[in-house]
Amino acid sequence: MILRSLECRFLTIALCDAAEPWQLGSQDAATPMMQGIIDLHHDIFFFLILILVFVSRMLVRALWHFNEQTNPIPQRIVHGTTIEIIRTIFPSVILLFIAIPSFALLYSMDGVLVDPAITIKAIGHQWYRTYEYSDYNSSDEQSLTFDSYTIPEDDPELGQSRLLEVDNRVVVPAKTHLRMIVTPADVPHSWAVPSSGVKCDAVPGRSNLTSISVQREGVYYGQCSEIRGTNHAFTPIVVEAVTLKDYADWVSNQLILQTN
Amino acid sequence: MAEIEIKTAPADFRFPTTNQTRHCFTRYVEFHRCVSAKGDEAAECDKFAKYYRSLCPAEWVDKWNEQRENGTFAGPL
Repeated sequence: MILRSLECRFLTIALCDAAEPWQLGSQDAATPMMQGIIDLHHDIFFFLILILVFVSRMLVRALWHFNEQTNPIPQRIVHGTTIEIIRTIFPSVILLFIAIPSFALLYSMDGVLVDPAITIKAIGHQWYRTYEYSDYNSSDEQSLTFDSYTIPEDDPELGQSRLLEVDNRVVVPAKTHLRMIVTPADVPHSWAVPSSGVKCDAVPGRSNLTSISVQREGVYYGQCSEIRGTNHAFTPIVVEAVTLKDYADWVSNQLILQTN
Repeated sequence: MAEIEIKTAPADFRFPTTNQTRHCFTRYVEFHRCVSAKGDEAAECDKFAKYYRSLCPAEWVDKWNEQRENGTFAGPL
C-alpha cells in the first residue's frame, strides 16, 4: 500500500486527482490556485526546516555541555539585552517572510472580478448534491438540473473509487473561468475539490461564490467538508473537466434530454 | 443540435465578495423593475432575466415568484 502511494508520488505519468491510500502530500494541482497553495507550502517548509535545525542544535548542545558531570556549578545569567533583541527581531523577520507570499496568495484567490464564462450552482441537500446550469434558460422553470448521488458501497464497477464516485458528474470545460455558486437547501454543507484548491462553505440562505479555472482535462474527486449528520461521508463531489467543445455538446445533449 | 452560447452574468463591481446572495437578489429586483417600467415584452430586460437565472438557485426564484404573486415580496419593486 505504501509502495503504491510512493509510486503515485514519484513514478507515475498520470497525475493524482483522487485521494490515495497512505497519501502524505497534496493531490496534483489542476488550477493555478492549487499550484499556489502547494508552492506556498514548500516556501514555508524552508523556514520550518531552518528553525528545526537551529532549535535542535541549541537543544542538543545545551544537553551535551550543561549537565551535572561537565558543569557541576550552574551559571546564573538572568538577562542579556543583545540576545533578547536578536531573538525578538529575528523571528518577526521570519514571520514577515512567511506573511508576504501568504497574503499575496490569499488575495489572489479572492480575486473574483474576472468575467466568468459559465456559472454553475452546486446546491447541497441531505444527502446528495443538485447542480444547476442555468445560463441557457429562457424561462424560470426550464433549467439544466440534475442530482448527483454517490454510488453505494456495494455497487461500484471495477476502477471506480469506493464512496468517491457519483452517478452524475459535474461536467465543466477546461481552461475556462468558472463561477461556482454554492448554497444548501437544508443544513450547512461544503463544496470541496482538493486538486482545484477549492473549499467553499454552503450556508443556508446565503450563496457563496468561488471561481476556478481548471487547467487540464481530467476527473477530480472531492468530499463534503462540513460534518452534517449521518450520511455526511456519502456525498462525494466529482468534477469532470472536458474541452470546451465537448462541454458544449454535453450541454446541448442534456438540454434535449431534459426537454423531452 | 442547436449551438449553445457560452455566456453568463458578468462579474459585478458592486459585489466583489464571496457572499453573492445580494448579487442574485439585486439582479432579480432589477429585472422586475425593468419589466414594470418598460412593459412585459421589452427586449432590454432579457439580459437581467438571464443574469438572475444564472446567479439565483431555482428554489429562491420560485419562492420569490410566489411572494410577488401574493404581494409579500420584500424587495423594492
